[in-house]
Amino acid sequence: MGDAIAAVLGQVFREEAGRVTASLTRRYGDFDLAEECTQEAFLSALRAWSEQGIPSRPGAWLQRVAERRVLDRLRRAQRHAAKSSLISEPDSPGGDDRLQLMFACCHPALSRDAQVALTLRVVAGLSTAQIASAFLVSESSLAQRITRAKRKIVSAGIPFRIPDPADLEERLAEVMAVLYLMFNEGYLSSQWEVSSDRSLAEDATWLAGLAVQVLPAQPELLGLLALFKLQLSRVRSRFDGEGRMVLLADQDRSMWNRAAISEATDLLDRAALIGRPGPYQLQAAIASCHALAPRWADTDWPLLVRLYDRLLEVQPSPVVRLNRAVALWHVAGAAVALGETEALLPALQGYHLVHSTRAELLQELGRDAEAQASWDRALALTLNPAERGHIRSQTGASIE
Amino acid sequence: MRYMLMFVGDGAPDGEAGSAGMDQVDTWWDKYSKSGAIVGGERLQPSAHATTVRFGAAAPTIVDGPFAETKESIGGYAIIEVPDLDAALAMAKSWPASPAVEIRPIWVD
Repeated sequence: MGDAIAAVLGQVFREEAGRVTASLTRRYGDFDLAEECTQEAFLSALRAWSEQGIPSRPGAWLQRVAERRVLDRLRRAQRHAAKSSLISEPDSPGGDDRLQLMFACCHPALSRDAQVALTLRVVAGLSTAQIASAFLVSESSLAQRITRAKRKIVSAGIPFRIPDPADLEERLAEVMAVLYLMFNEGYLSSQWEVSSDRSLAEDATWLAGLAVQVLPAQPELLGLLALFKLQLSRVRSRFDGEGRMVLLADQDRSMWNRAAISEATDLLDRAALIGRPGPYQLQAAIASCHALAPRWADTDWPLLVRLYDRLLEVQPSPVVRLNRAVALWHVAGAAVALGETEALLPALQGYHLVHSTRAELLQELGRDAEAQASWDRALALTLNPAERGHIRSQTGASIE
Repeated sequence: MRYMLMFVGDGAPDGEAGSAGMDQVDTWWDKYSKSGAIVGGERLQPSAHATTVRFGAAAPTIVDGPFAETKESIGGYAIIEVPDLDAALAMAKSWPASPAVEIRPIWVD
């Protein structure tokens, strides 16, 4: 199958999976059955469409095939009469069906692993094989995880709806945590795409966009979508031709997606008007500060330090402090940044970036022997070939 | 949906704080009984008075005491009838007394 068809199929599946599952669940009152029949319809589509081409209304095609499967199964199980009494007129209490499914899949009564797997499969329409490959687990154990989670949704009575206002913030935080994890899994892994047609980072961005359409006044959700768009805007400049990681300072900024950056800054402006800042908005603001600098040298470092200070107030983590130390380097000099970095050594001693940051700072201060020792520590702590390549090139420079 | 709420707790709370706590529990119980959410339920005697029947390879053995494998013991339960898990969670979150409440859907054939 050509990559072009695969890409279109990926998009159609993403667009339709949640919709078809949600409408069948409403109609027949059986989430488990609806989900399985939707997956089967996708498999049929994969075969039929790659031979005959994609129909003019792929959503309607999928809906029809999936529904036929549901009816077949109900008939076969001779439960049709009993189940027909459950058939109710489709009533959508407002909002996108797919978001209601997302809230069910990200219910706090499910484990985080189950939430992620279920959301990818049920709402974004990824196959079990694609999800298993993204998380480096065996297909059978992933399938089991999904089956168990689906059973729990049905038997524990997890509802398919947007939570009441009293619970909305807490439950939305759960959804956002799932999307954030999904995005990072896709963005940080060396394997950008789970297959020729899907990338977890793009799926997470699409899901966040869906959520924003239904809940347009949730500032952290706007911040999360902005953050994803900003990260994706640099995706083509992150690796060089040989697959080596390119640091932000060295990236070719002409390759950045300007349209995505301006969409992200618009989202952040909308969020700021609501006036309830939070960690996702602040992370997005930090990313946009980099995105808007024409060159590395033009970066607004004092603003970055202020943003990191605010992020630390809501998310006091040593990794955030390390990032702040790097920004501080450009504002207050290497000696001050070194003090901050060394204060973090006990908390981050197993984290290679604290050692490579320290090495760069020591190098600038002319303490080459200590710098070398820090580079060695950093190298010993990372297996990522792209990062190892980067550290090696730095060490070489210090020896010259 | 029917659920069983299991309240962790063992024996009566002591002294004045205890009786104030019992008042809150009574208020909670009255509220949800009147709304129709609570279908049934009881408070249990302390776990020291429990007897467990354990089924092994041989004949069932009778053991003095509660389930040995759990660190928490059940001090009472309520059977509730509510639309979904979120409604059950809302009730459990407002329970004024014990340190944990387990929510278990009731088996339906």
